[in-house]
Formats: sequence, C-alpha cells, structure tokens
Amino acid sequence: MLPGFAPTLAITLLWLFVIVLGPICVMLWFTAGMGWSAFLKEITTPRVLADLWVSLRSALLASAFNAAFGLLVAWVLTRYQFPGRRIADALVDLPFALPTAVAGISLSTLYAPDGWIGGLLAPFGIRVAFQPAGIVVAMMFISLPFIVRTVQPVIEDLEPEQEEAAHLMGASPLQVFLRISFPAILPALLTGFALAFARALGEYGSIIFIAGNKPMVSEIMPVLIMQQLDQFDYQGATAIGVLMLGVSFVLLFAINLLQAWVRRRHGQ
Amino acid sequence: MANRVLLITVALVFMVVFLVLPLISVFAQALSAGLGAYASSIADPNVQSAIWMTLTIAAIAVPANLVFGVCASWCIGRFKFPGRNLLITLIDLPFSISPVIAGLLEVLLFGLNGLLGGWLSAHNIQIIFALPGMVLATIFVTLPFVAREVIPLVQEQGNEEEEAAVTLGASGWQIFWRVCLPKIRWALLYGVLLCNARAMGEFGAVSVVSGKVFGQTDTLPLAVESLYGSYEIQAAFAAASLLAMLALVTLVLKAALEWWHRDELHGAKRKKAT
Repeated sequence: MLPGFAPTLAITLLWLFVIVLGPICVMLWFTAGMGWSAFLKEITTPRVLADLWVSLRSALLASAFNAAFGLLVAWVLTRYQFPGRRIADALVDLPFALPTAVAGISLSTLYAPDGWIGGLLAPFGIRVAFQPAGIVVAMMFISLPFIVRTVQPVIEDLEPEQEEAAHLMGASPLQVFLRISFPAILPALLTGFALAFARALGEYGSIIFIAGNKPMVSEIMPVLIMQQLDQFDYQGATAIGVLMLGVSFVLLFAINLLQAWVRRRHGQ
Repeated sequence: MANRVLLITVALVFMVVFLVLPLISVFAQALSAGLGAYASSIADPNVQSAIWMTLTIAAIAVPANLVFGVCASWCIGRFKFPGRNLLITLIDLPFSISPVIAGLLEVLLFGLNGLLGGWLSAHNIQIIFALPGMVLATIFVTLPFVAREVIPLVQEQGNEEEEAAVTLGASGWQIFWRVCLPKIRWALLYGVLLCNARAMGEFGAVSVVSGKVFGQTDTLPLAVESLYGSYEIQAAFAAASLLAMLALVTLVLKAALEWWHRDELHGAKRKKAT
C-alpha cells in the first residue's frame, strides 16, 4: 500500500474548500438571506432580463460560428499536410494564452470604423466595434480553441476504412463526409460547442472594450455584475451572480452527459 | 485536390483574420509612435509597478496551485475511493465560473460588508482592494490548471513502480522524488506553463478585487485597461505587447513540450500529432 493518501487528500479537500467551495457557499448563504421574493425581484428587472438575453444570444451565435469554422480548422489541421501546418496548429491555442484585456483592446481597434478590418466593413454599412456584433466577435476569438481541441482527437481516431469503402461504392466526398465522418464527430462537436458556450457566457475582459456596454443593448451579464458592484449594490450583484452560477451548473451537467455519450460511442 | 486546396485556404484565411491579425495589431499599435515612445511607455513607473504586481501575484498563485495539483494527483490518481469523480468535477469547477463571479466571491467573504469584513477591519487587515484579495482571486481562476494535466497521466501510469519502491523499503518522500516526480515532470511543467499564462493575464477576477489604483494595485492587464481608458492608446498597446510576448513564449514552450515529450504528456493530451 502506498503512503500519503490521508495527507494529500486532506490538503486537496482543504484547499478546494478554502478557495472554491467555501466562498460559493457564502454566496448561496447571502442569497438565502435575502429571501426568495427579493431574489426573484433582483433577477427579473428589465435590465437583467435584457442583458441575460444579450449574453445568451451572443454566446449562442459565437459558438455556432465557431462550431462551423472550428470544425473546418480541426479537419484541415488533422487531415491535410501543408507548409506551416505545425505553426497553424500551435496558433489555435493563442486565445488561451493571450490575456483577455489584450485581445479586447486589439479587437476593438481592429474592428473600429477606422481600423484594419472595420475600415473594410464600413463602406458596406457594417459596424462591429461598440455594437452588439462586437460581443460576438470577442466571444468567437476567446472560445475558438475549445471547439478545435475537442474535435481534433476524434478526427484523428476516425477509421479511414469506412470512408474509403463509401468512396469505392461511389459516394461523393460530400456524401462521405456527411454520412460517415460527420456523425462520428458530432458528439465531440456538441461537447466543444457547450464548452465554448460556457466560456463565452462568462467572458468579461475582452468584451468590455469592444461592446460599447450600452445597458439592455450591448451589455452582458458579467458587465452588469461589475456595474452593480461599482454602485455597492451587493444584493443585486449576488443575485445575478447566483443566476449565472445556475446557468453554468446546467451547462456543466450537459457537458458531462455529452462526454459520457462520447465515451460510450467510442466504446472506451 | 481542388477541394483540399479550397478547404485549406478558407481555414488559413479564417485563422489569419481571427487570430494572427489581432496579434500583429498589438505590436503595430505599440510601435506606432516609434521605438523611443515604446521604450518610454514601458519604462513608465506605473507600468513598471504593474509588472512587479503581476510577477508577485504569479509567484504566489502558481506555486500554490502546483502544490495543490501534485497533492490532488497523488490522492486521486493513485488511490480509489468513493467520490473520486465528484472531486475531479469540483476541481474543474473554476473553469465554468465567470471570472467576475470569482472576484465577487472574494468581495462577499472579505469585503467591508462581507462575512469576515467586520473582523478584518477591526484588526486592520485589508484583503479586498489589496494584494491578498488579488492573489486569492487569481488562485481561484487558475486552480484546475496543474491538477487537470497531471491527474489523468498519473491514473494512466498506474502504481506498479511506486509499489515496487515501497516493497524495497523506500519512504513516501523518496518515492515521490525518485520514482513519481521524474514520470510526471513534463506534465507538471506543462500545467505550470498554462497556469502561469492565466495567472499573469487574468483580468476579470482581479479587476473586481483590485483597488484599481494605477501605480499601486494595478496588474499589467489592469494597467492596459487604465491606459486605454485614459486614451493613451499607444502606451496601452505597449503594455499589452509585453503580455502578448508572454503569450507567444507560452505557445512556443507548449509546442516544444508537445513535440519532444509527447509520450510523457500522454495522459494530459491524447494527441498523436505527426
């Protein structure tokens, strides 16, 4: 029998409790203290509901765009050989490594009407920075790696025999992809989608610079919490925090179910 | 073949527009007023103090989570006990919580109206709007990084060598230093790398608990915001360029680890990259 179980478990539990679980309990206890009706009143104001909708809608759009482009990037990086592939593969993790404040000021400068990309879009009347669309762009940037890194291992594990057989039987490349490859990738793609969605929903740093933060139009939930804290409205901030925590837990549960499904499909 | 070229082109154009341009833009803006202006922006005492603040926080938070990660991987990876999977889920929890909420939790605990606020102010201890609160918030958001890289690896490696060492009469510490650590060192380094990048770059959580006094409690990411907010755009990008360089170094080291020690990260990353 190996030594060290009791002390390492004790340190792990203690650290987890002091840093994560204890503070969460305190937040729930504060919420319980304000009473159910006060809690409901805090989270059903028009501003909270509008901002919740802005958050959910933007995160959904960003994850959907990323599901498409992330799948494409993952496919190209795993299936094809081309010069610079290794560099491109390493670059996928850039949003993980680049601090969100840096991404935020850079994206808002790029997409501003006089920026490199915003300047190209302006003649068509498309505005991104300081608009709700800016939120989607920032969320896309920070959540791209989740889709790519979740889908990549599954594409690597795909058996080429099935695809070759379908090809020999006269299926077009598109048919092979849609009927053979895509169904195998789908569970991982959904998991990546959920991870990206959860990350996008909680994002703050990159969004405040590009969103414009107009209440009920381009203000997301974390920004609203920040606003409430700046006005010393701890009750409001806590209630919205608990609401967001609830959404996160539902997502976490969904991700776990999806991953269990992926494991079962892969027979591991 | 034509399809292949088209797909590669679309994917690369997407990556250049979405990933490479923002990165290039940081350096272009930082150097927009010339090297001299860039150097003096970095040499600004407030930016220097922000750099120190960032290094200090990372120097406390990263080792703390390293020790946590090693302990967690030892008890979860080497022993079977009920609730093990729940524990893994709980360790991952900070990943699914918004950084702003991480900051809010510290305020509710240690703020003036928080649970311990009265006791702390009676004893003249300041946690919120000061370094300790910023360190705690950073530890919260970076908690899973080391643990989640090492736990799967330890689980995969099994206990045989460690058990052999026990039979041969080695003590717990000897087993850890001589048998276990050499097997997990690259995964540990990988976790520390990611943990450090996040600790130095964290914005949301630290923003809530920082007093935001530029030159005192501003970290480098907060200094970027302060400068940007006061329309010192070039200076903001100069500070941001330091963080962008940190990100690039992190990516290069990460790719190097994956390239040279792929097998020893096996549990951490199931990649069979060619």
